Amino acid sequence: MRRPAGRNAPLDAAGWHTGPVPRFLSAKPDARLIPLPWGTPLAEWPVEHLVALPRGISRHVVRFIKVGDQVYGAKEVVEHVAIHEYRLLHDLRRLGTPSVEPVAVVSGRVDADGVPLDPVLITRHLDFALPYRSLFSPGVRHDTVMRLLDAMVVLLARLHLLGFMWGDVSLSNILFRRDADTFAAYLVDAETGELHDQLTDGQRSHDLEIARVNIFGDFCDLEAGGLLDESLDPLSLVETIESRYHELWDELTGLEEFSDSELYRIESRVRRLNALGFDVAELDIQTSPDGRTISIQPKVVDAGHHSRRLMRLTGLDTEENQARRLLNDLDTFRARMQLQDADESVVAHQWLTECFEPVISAIPPELSGKRDPAQIYHEVLDYRWYMSQREDREAPLVKATKGYVRDVLNTLPDEAMSRDVLVTVDGGDHRLINPYDPSLGFVDDLEGDEGPVHDPWEEAAEGIDAGQAEVLDVDALRRRG
Amino acid sequence: MATVSYKDATRIYPGADHAAVDKLNLEIGDGEFMVLVGPSGCGKSTSLRMLAGLEEVNSGSVWIGDQDVTGLAPKDRDVAMVFQNYALYPHMTVADNMGFALKMKGVAKDERESRVLEAAKLLGLEDLLTRKPKNLSGGQRQRVAMGRAIVRDPQVFLMDEPLSNLDARLRVQTRTQIAALQTRLGVTTVYVTHDQVEAMTMGDRVAVMKDGKLQQVDRPLALYDSPKNLFVAGFIGSPAMNLLPARVVDGGVELGDLVLPVPRETTERATGADVVLGVRPENFELSPTGEGLTMTVNAVEETGADSYLYGSLTGVPHDQQVVARVTTRTPPSRGERVLLHIDPAKVHVFDKTTTERIS
Repeated sequence: MRRPAGRNAPLDAAGWHTGPVPRFLSAKPDARLIPLPWGTPLAEWPVEHLVALPRGISRHVVRFIKVGDQVYGAKEVVEHVAIHEYRLLHDLRRLGTPSVEPVAVVSGRVDADGVPLDPVLITRHLDFALPYRSLFSPGVRHDTVMRLLDAMVVLLARLHLLGFMWGDVSLSNILFRRDADTFAAYLVDAETGELHDQLTDGQRSHDLEIARVNIFGDFCDLEAGGLLDESLDPLSLVETIESRYHELWDELTGLEEFSDSELYRIESRVRRLNALGFDVAELDIQTSPDGRTISIQPKVVDAGHHSRRLMRLTGLDTEENQARRLLNDLDTFRARMQLQDADESVVAHQWLTECFEPVISAIPPELSGKRDPAQIYHEVLDYRWYMSQREDREAPLVKATKGYVRDVLNTLPDEAMSRDVLVTVDGGDHRLINPYDPSLGFVDDLEGDEGPVHDPWEEAAEGIDAGQAEVLDVDALRRRG
Repeated sequence: MATVSYKDATRIYPGADHAAVDKLNLEIGDGEFMVLVGPSGCGKSTSLRMLAGLEEVNSGSVWIGDQDVTGLAPKDRDVAMVFQNYALYPHMTVADNMGFALKMKGVAKDERESRVLEAAKLLGLEDLLTRKPKNLSGGQRQRVAMGRAIVRDPQVFLMDEPLSNLDARLRVQTRTQIAALQTRLGVTTVYVTHDQVEAMTMGDRVAVMKDGKLQQVDRPLALYDSPKNLFVAGFIGSPAMNLLPARVVDGGVELGDLVLPVPRETTERATGADVVLGVRPENFELSPTGEGLTMTVNAVEETGADSYLYGSLTGVPHDQQVVARVTTRTPPSRGERVLLHIDPAKVHVFDKTTTERIS
């Protein structure tokens, strides 16, 4: 492979650089990525390849890059970390965890002067994702905040059930998607993650402590930037995360004991887990030697109880609560059409073609980037309920869809890929120093930061030779004794 | 501050047929900087995590000071994992970036400010406390991360490969700074790395591990000068010690076409005639007498006054590459043959069967 020449790169007769070329590690290669300027540090990429989407803060250089109509996340990071994260994200996807999809690791990069550059990990941009910095802003409703925290807790518990220790739980490493009236959380950074057969209590507790500290820091930072609603207290928010996590974990894995006259509690436990969105794959049931005490403990639970059922019946890939809502509508459809005795999959197909698809095809294409299809259907059902209440009769779905498009969807911001680079705070706008890098903060954060400072440590470090990293200086060791 | 003790501490992962850490006995002194080093899978990270409370201890115990912490939850152990993989919060000052976790723990504002100031003085960040992190250098960011752990004032610092994500220059810079800082703070520190150069440069003592077992623990120079077995001999040193097959003969040990005089009490410790001679590259010299081992030079690397000669020795299997560091104004050329002299007093002798040091 060849690419246009850099400043000092060797050239061939046609003016192409013949030096080292990058190597792509990819399970699903996108050929359009290959000609991108990999010989340039990511922080210096020409803006024509970039798109400014809201995201969390990062220690590394991270950019959203655009090829055709596809957007990818790109992170510049040392090679062993890039490959570790790429493989781990694959494993998490294989295990059905909500996480971003890894696309490639680009290694073997060198700049125009032949200096090696760190590899780039590429992930697919998650459509309809809402980064936290846009979700806790002034005016947010308290129950919305609780739903966001719950989504985060569910994600953490799901990961822990799989044996995944995240090691760096933070709001910056999570994306949210709308999920009917709630949210679904996605993991977007697995750099520090580890996949074990099973986590120890200590590992879970450590991960939760990291979550508490990092998320407290995230909220304090939002507060310092005027981006957190004044009614929200960072400390009580993180305490909520901890208590909700323990409640959920106990329900998912806890041992429950009852007398032999309460056998209905087995069914109750399974139903409670189903209601939380989990299937019970293995339930350990034990009876005491005298037969009077029963103990039950879920051993294997799988998230996605409703979404798996909807997927099986209709092929629709949705979030869990969206699936719950759509399945309820499917059940209502079945009762209304008096199809109780018909095969479930036949009814599901009829519902899909007579209810779901007509609603989605009635959405004007220019508005389709505002919500994903399942969310639109859920919101149309809500709209129809209010319309029916108002009109005191059941509103037809087609009429409700038209009303929803006119009154609601038209007014919503585009969420498929928001390009807002301004963050509105209390009626004023804060401009990011670099629209492609929120980690640098706002322009007005720099006030008072002018002028050099005395830093003896930096001065002492000036003479450091990177070559010292590899060589053991025995003479220095002898001087030390 | 406190001592740390592993007492027969063992970790066996569920389903595994051998211990990840096998009866580890290690005493770490109050204020000591102890580095655990070894190849991947040697048990060093597991040992650290047993101390942190992330791994169960299947048998034996782990102590901090006079408290048995084996069954304690991580947050009740008063240890701090120094976390280098952080993002600094852009809207918060450097001081707040260092002290926010204290706020979460309910530490009063005056106390927070005083601890942050104290840590900032130690870290050379005093003049940056009121600034936002945007303009900080990579090294300064590392120090803010260290500051987050320091303000917690824990009994023990734990660091698991903290430099592995940094580029080579920042790695050298940060390792020097961590070592200096630890000396000034005097807080007991357990540090894990796979990099023996890092281990030898930073640790007061270094514990070398392999296959879940502690091989040797000692001061860096003692490890270098008196490796206890073949594994430590080959692992510690860069370039590595030359480990050459030899045989016990009358008057010493035969290596290639040379018999090195080795004391009888040494050779008598060998379980058989086969031994392994260990020679550090700097313990070779170009023979001034016209006698010695013949080396065919394959490559020469000049570094200042010294030259590293890479080649093979006559009488030693040719796949055994030998490295010699010699001082000469006229280094030999590739393909040339030179005579190397070894000072017998600087030779390490290992039993080939037991792999233990016998000299």
